[in-house]
Amino acid sequence: MAVNVDVAHSEAIAQALGRTTDATVDLRAKPRVHERLIKLALFLCGIVSVLTTIGIVVVLGRESIAFFTRTSWENTNKPIVTEVDEAMTTFEIGTSGAALEVGERIRLGDEVMRITSLDGTLMTVERALDGTSAQTHREGLSIETASSVSLREFFTNTKWAPQIGEFGVLPLLNSTLMISGIAMLVAIPLGLSAAIFMSEYASPRLRGIVKPLLEILAGVPTVVFGYFALTFMTPLLRAILGDGTVKIFNTASAGIVVGILIIPLISSMAEDALHAVPQSLREASYGLGATRLETSLKVVFPAALSGIIAALIVAVSRAIGETMIVAIAAGAGPNFTFNPFESAETMTGHIARISGGDLSYDSIDYNSIFAIGLTLFAMTLLLNLLSRQVIKRFREVY
Amino acid sequence: MRAQTTQPTTTYMPPDEVFRQRLAARNRRGLFSRILFYASVFTALLVLVILFLNVLNETFGTVAVQYEIPPETLTTAVTSLDELEKGDLVAILDEHVGRRFRVILRNALSQVPDEQYTTAPLRDVFNGKIFPAELGNHVIGDLEQHQLASILQSNLSQSQLRDLVMREVVVEEVVASWPLYDTLFNKDEIEAVTAEEYPEATLRFKSWINRDFLTTPMSSVPELAGIRTAILGTVYVILIVLAVSLPLGVGAAIYLEEYADDSRINRMIETNIRNLAGVPSIIYGMLGLAIFVRLLAALTSGAVFGVEDSNGRTIVSAALTLALLILPIIIINAQEALRAVPSTLREASFGLGATQWQTIWHTVLPSAIPGILTGTILAVSRAIGETAPLIVVGASTFIVTDPDGPFSKFTVLPIQIFQWTSRPEAEFRDIAAAAIIVLLLLMLAMNATAIILRNRYSVRY
Repeated sequence: MAVNVDVAHSEAIAQALGRTTDATVDLRAKPRVHERLIKLALFLCGIVSVLTTIGIVVVLGRESIAFFTRTSWENTNKPIVTEVDEAMTTFEIGTSGAALEVGERIRLGDEVMRITSLDGTLMTVERALDGTSAQTHREGLSIETASSVSLREFFTNTKWAPQIGEFGVLPLLNSTLMISGIAMLVAIPLGLSAAIFMSEYASPRLRGIVKPLLEILAGVPTVVFGYFALTFMTPLLRAILGDGTVKIFNTASAGIVVGILIIPLISSMAEDALHAVPQSLREASYGLGATRLETSLKVVFPAALSGIIAALIVAVSRAIGETMIVAIAAGAGPNFTFNPFESAETMTGHIARISGGDLSYDSIDYNSIFAIGLTLFAMTLLLNLLSRQVIKRFREVY
Repeated sequence: MRAQTTQPTTTYMPPDEVFRQRLAARNRRGLFSRILFYASVFTALLVLVILFLNVLNETFGTVAVQYEIPPETLTTAVTSLDELEKGDLVAILDEHVGRRFRVILRNALSQVPDEQYTTAPLRDVFNGKIFPAELGNHVIGDLEQHQLASILQSNLSQSQLRDLVMREVVVEEVVASWPLYDTLFNKDEIEAVTAEEYPEATLRFKSWINRDFLTTPMSSVPELAGIRTAILGTVYVILIVLAVSLPLGVGAAIYLEEYADDSRINRMIETNIRNLAGVPSIIYGMLGLAIFVRLLAALTSGAVFGVEDSNGRTIVSAALTLALLILPIIIINAQEALRAVPSTLREASFGLGATQWQTIWHTVLPSAIPGILTGTILAVSRAIGETAPLIVVGASTFIVTDPDGPFSKFTVLPIQIFQWTSRPEAEFRDIAAAAIIVLLLLMLAMNATAIILRNRYSVRY
C-alpha cells in the first residue's frame, strides 16, 4: 500500500484499536490552554479601543472638573486702611476698587478669610481659614477675592480672556459654528450634486474616474488645506471684496476651505446611500414617464434620505473638529463676532495655539483647554450618535 | 351606442399642446440640472487642481539674490569659482574666514560629538581622515591656521571647497522672491522691480525643493532651512506607529470577526470602535498629552531606561498617540478584509481537524493579508499627515539635531509646514510649499504601494 505509516505510529494505532475491546478511547474535547490564551490576548487587543474611550472621557472629565473647581485669586485693588494684626476681626477698608459681598472668601497676603458682615467701610471677617494662619498685614495691602469659573459663566460669558479671568466659551463656540455653517453652505450643494451625478448620471467608466479623484481630495493632509486657505483662498476673497473688508485671517476663507475638505466625505457617503436604492424603483419611475431629474430627486433621493442626512451630520461633526485649517487661516485670539471677514479663533484653534506654546501643567490654561476639549468631544459624539440613530430609525428597507 | 362628447368634462391628461409645453419645460429643467451636476463635480476637481498648482507655484520661482562678497571680486585670474584650484579656494577661505576656520573644520570633518571637539585628541577628532600623524595627540586649539588649511585642503574635493566658499565667504542672501506664475508671465515687471529696489541683486530661477533642502536641518533663515530632522522624525514616528497599531488592530479585528459571539461586551467594543473613528484628532492629542506625556512621563521620556535630560514630549509619545488615532481605522479595514475570506475555507480547515487558531493562522490570515496591509498602509499614510494631535503632544518647532532614538525630541513634516506657513515672510511660504511637495510625494508613494499590493495579491473567490 502507498500509505506511509512509520513503525512506531502503526504500533500505537494497533494498540489503541486492540484496547477498544476492554477500554474506550477518550474522545472528549481536550482543554487547549494556548488556544484560550490566544483568544484572551486577542480580546485584550479589542479592549484597547474601549480603554481609549475611557481614557478620553476620564482625562477630559478630570481636567475639566479641576478647571471648574479651581479657585484663583483676583486683586480687587481695595486696600485695608490700617494695619491688621493677628487678632483683629473687624477693620476698616478703603473705598476704591471692586465691591465686596458678605460671605465672600478673601485673601490678604497668604491668609484666607471669609466676610461675615460688611458695614460701609467697616468689615468683619472670620480669620485663618483653609489651613492658613493669622498674620499681621501692613496698611494699604489690597484685598484679593476668590473666583472660580461656574458652568453658567462658561456657557454664557461672551469673553474668553484667561489673563483677566474671563472664561466664556461662546466666542470660540460661535466661530466654530460659523465656520461649520459656511463649510456646509459650500459642501452640501457641491457634495450632494457630486453624489447624484456619480450615482444617477455618470457612466460606470466616468464614475470610476471621478470617485478616486475626489478621494484624493479627501486624502490631502489638512495642513495643506490650511496652506491653501491662507495662500490662495484669502487673497482671492480679498481681491474680490477688497482688502478693507476682508482681514488677512478670517473665518470665511477657513470656512470655505473646510467645506472643500468635506465635499468628498459627503459625496462618498451620500453616493453609497443613493447607490443602495434598488434599481426597480428607478425603473418604475421611468415607466411612469418621469425624467431622469424627477426620478433622482423625487424617487431615489427620498428613498436614500436617511443615509444622506447621516452623511451630512457626520460632515458637520468633521467640520467642528477640524483644526489645522482654522489654526492657520482663521486667526489667533478669540473674537465674538458674526462678521465672517473678521478673524476669530475657534475651539480647536485655541486648543492648538495654547498647547503649542510652553504649557505648564496645572496652570489655568492647561485646565481650560480640557474644558474646551470636553465641550468639543461632547458635540462631536452627540452628532455621531445622532447620525447612527438616523440611519437606524429612518432607514427605508426594500 | 351613445355618441361620445367631443369635449370630456374630466380628463387625466392635459390637452396635447399644454402637455408638450410642460414636457419641454421638464426636459429643460432636466438639462439645466444636469449641467449643474456636471459643474459641481468639475468645481470639486478644479479645486483639487488649483490646490496642487498653488503649491507648485510657490515652490518654484525667481529669486533676487545679493552676495555679502560678490564672487567676482574674490578672484581676478579666472571668471568663475568653478575653475579655481583647491589651493586658491583654501586661500580665499583663509583670508576671509579667520577664526571661524575651526568651526568649518568641525562641521566638515569632525568625528566626535560637538562638545568634545575642543578637548579630544586629533587622533579621534579626525579618525579616518587625512591629517599629519605627528599631531595625533594634540587638540584642535594647538594648530596654526595654515595647518588647519592644509587639513581642509587634503580632505575635501574641489567642489566641496567651492560650496564652502559660497556658503562661508560669498554668503548668498535672497532679498526677494516671486512665484512661478510671475516668473513665467511677468518677467519684465520682476526685472524692473529688482533694478529699482535691489540694484546689486541678480535674478535667478530657484527651485525651493532641492538636495540641500532635503539634507540640511532646520534654520531660522529660509534659504538655509531644510527638512532633514523633520523627515527623520516622520520616519521614526511612523515605524513605531506601525509596530504598535498593526498587531493591536489586526488582533482586535480577528477577535471581533472570528471569535466574538453576539454578547453585550462584544457589541460594546464594536460600537465603541465606530464612535472612536469619529472623534476629532485634536482630542487624541489631548489624551496623549495627559496620559503619555504627563502620566507616563517616566516611560515616554526614557527615564526608566536611563535616558536623561528629556521630558515626555518625545517620539514615543507622539507615535503612541497617533497609533491610538489610527487604530479604529485599521481595525475596521482589517475586519472587512477578514470578512471577505469565504467561510468555505474555514469550514474546510475545521473539517480537516484544525483548531480555531490553526484555522485562523494557516488559512484565514494568509488570504486576508493583502487586504489588511492595504488598509493599514492607508491608515498610516493618514497618520503621516496628521498635525493637530502632534502640536498638542508637543512636537518641537525648532530643532537642528537629528532624533537619535525613540526618546528624543522631534519634529515632523506637517509640523514644519504649519510652522513655516504661520510665518509672515514670503520665503517661508516657499519652503512650506516645498515641504508640502515632499509630504505629498511620501503619501503618494505609500498609497501607490497599497494599490499595488491590492492588485497584485488580492484573491477573488
